[in-house]
Amino acid sequence: MPKPNAPTASAETIATSPEAVAERLAASRYLADESLATAIFLAIRLGKPLLLEGAPGVGKTEAAKAIAEVLGRNLVRLQCYEGIDAAHALYEWNYQRQLLAIRHAGEHEIDIYDDRFLIARPLLQVLKAPEERVLLVDEIDRSDHEFEALLLEFLSDFQISIPERGTIRATAQPIVILTSNRTRELAEALRRRCVYHWIDYPDAGREAEIIMLRAGDVAEATARAVAAAVQTIRARPLAKPPGIAEAVEWANAATILEKGGSPWPEAFRRAIGVLIKDEEDLSYIAPELGRIVEEALA
Amino acid sequence: MMRGESLPRAAAPMLGFGRLLRHYGFPVAPEQVSGFMQAVTLLGPRSIADIREAALATLAPTPDRRDEFEAHFQSYFYGNTSAVVEGDTDEETRIKDDGGANEDQIEAKQDEGGDLSSAVEQLSTRDFQRDDAKLTTFRRKLASALPARRSFRTVRAHSRGKLDLRRSLREIVSADGDVPSPLLRRRQTVPRKLLLLIDVSGSMKLHTSDYLKLAHAAVQGADRAEIFTFGTRLTRITGALRIRDCDQALARAAAQVDDWDGGTRMGPTLLAFLSVPRFSAFARGAAVVILSDALERGDHAELETAMRRLSARAFRLSLATPLAGDPRFRPATAALRAILPVLDDLVDGSSISGLTDFILSLARPAAAAAAIWKRVS
Repeated sequence: MPKPNAPTASAETIATSPEAVAERLAASRYLADESLATAIFLAIRLGKPLLLEGAPGVGKTEAAKAIAEVLGRNLVRLQCYEGIDAAHALYEWNYQRQLLAIRHAGEHEIDIYDDRFLIARPLLQVLKAPEERVLLVDEIDRSDHEFEALLLEFLSDFQISIPERGTIRATAQPIVILTSNRTRELAEALRRRCVYHWIDYPDAGREAEIIMLRAGDVAEATARAVAAAVQTIRARPLAKPPGIAEAVEWANAATILEKGGSPWPEAFRRAIGVLIKDEEDLSYIAPELGRIVEEALA
Repeated sequence: MMRGESLPRAAAPMLGFGRLLRHYGFPVAPEQVSGFMQAVTLLGPRSIADIREAALATLAPTPDRRDEFEAHFQSYFYGNTSAVVEGDTDEETRIKDDGGANEDQIEAKQDEGGDLSSAVEQLSTRDFQRDDAKLTTFRRKLASALPARRSFRTVRAHSRGKLDLRRSLREIVSADGDVPSPLLRRRQTVPRKLLLLIDVSGSMKLHTSDYLKLAHAAVQGADRAEIFTFGTRLTRITGALRIRDCDQALARAAAQVDDWDGGTRMGPTLLAFLSVPRFSAFARGAAVVILSDALERGDHAELETAMRRLSARAFRLSLATPLAGDPRFRPATAALRAILPVLDDLVDGSSISGLTDFILSLARPAAAAAAIWKRVS
């Protein structure tokens, strides 16, 4: 794993106030509203994990990446899925190498529980270097209850017991970010151990700013029009409401089409495929699209 | 944080706010209150807005109760009591907590539930004892009878599996390098999720109380079951049905549903169900059983869309209609004809025993509903 380039400043000197956090995040091209900045600030200063919940596509994972960048640390990501277990999250022995080593050693004494046989999974990686890494436990709602319990234990003590090696403790409090799409309710115990923030879709003004910041070269008028149109589209009962990333792509695609010679409202219509990626949603919104775009452009 | 000595006076409001929230049924733990106080200290606090942010971040109200939380905050810190509302009146599902605040509401609705069941009693002379016995067996058998899928998790196995290197290595080490017979592991099979969508509109009046009993047995019996009722709205009642005692659970569920015996807007409510990501994610790979007569008033285009989407997500999509209890029943209404091609089963939902037998047979393959009903008609 590459070391971060910048020398690791202590997290507390970076997070002096919510405003300072917001500024730093903006410099890392992530626009956090006041509430999110406060939650991040509190999580860092209280030394608690940060639990971010929100609909898909509101930028939960991006927030974690930006926090890691601000702190000058590497992001260690643990993607959850149903059935994820300790061997995928904590550690695993490299059994093949152990077997080979036993054969190779012959009559000699050999410690098969040496470091070189230990495969550190994300949670252990973070424990070993808490001041160089940020742990992202992504989409925790996809994992099952057993894993949630395991995580709960990890988050309260920041230690892992390996029967053959004893207990490994973090030398400092690691920074942990959990995200959830809320496909199921998380255990109360987990919620109350964390600093909690519900990320909503941004309002049109903020979304326009995000598009300006993230997209290549999109005119401000375009960004505003895209943000306004996306707000209207999200209000419809779609199977997959467009996220922020899709809005950015739409602005980009429309700009490219416009440079290629399509006039404005037409460019938006032709680029709709990058915004709405469900055939039914597309046919649902198609009759209204012209009007929505024109209203947004006005 | 707390060191035996008495707290500074400025801390009292934070403590009081935690207590107030608990009174209204918000789960607030002591460590959250102390976290709240720490957060307020860290933030300055420069204004009430800081206190609000700190409260939101540390006391963590669920998004469904956010409005209620805001109202309590307003009334507590600003003294603005007019803001307190008893829950929101959103279209969306609201999950009421087990707090004492809902107590009188339950009383009020219980009468209605009584009316319902007496109507059932007048009409039918079924053997209730038999139904109860059926439900008990149903509850016991359900977890093992639901369709299964292979999980990513592995369990020890004696045959048919992959080498369990971890355990084998231990054996080898303890046998001093000898290789005993290899130990195996294979992927576990787990029951699929069960999703019951119950129609509580006027036309289903005679059956809803039976259906709720069935739903209660399902929640108690299955590992992962979710129950929703729909009429003109969509209500999640799984939480209420987790209570072990059947009568108590049904009373609480009855209090949560606001659209008893009203009209049906099956298409729009099912679409609403699908547009909430956490609900539609539950439907993915689940056995979905809709208990409804599918008598959709007016245009059925939305119902068709909703059913198609649901069937694309579900492992098996079944519609149980009480109308099919009549041997002369044919799926002849425009709405039923439209949704028949996407249904896996269209079965009789007029009795508890028929329904329990059907749900217990979900794991067994069956011909598609369209094929079966084509043969009949």
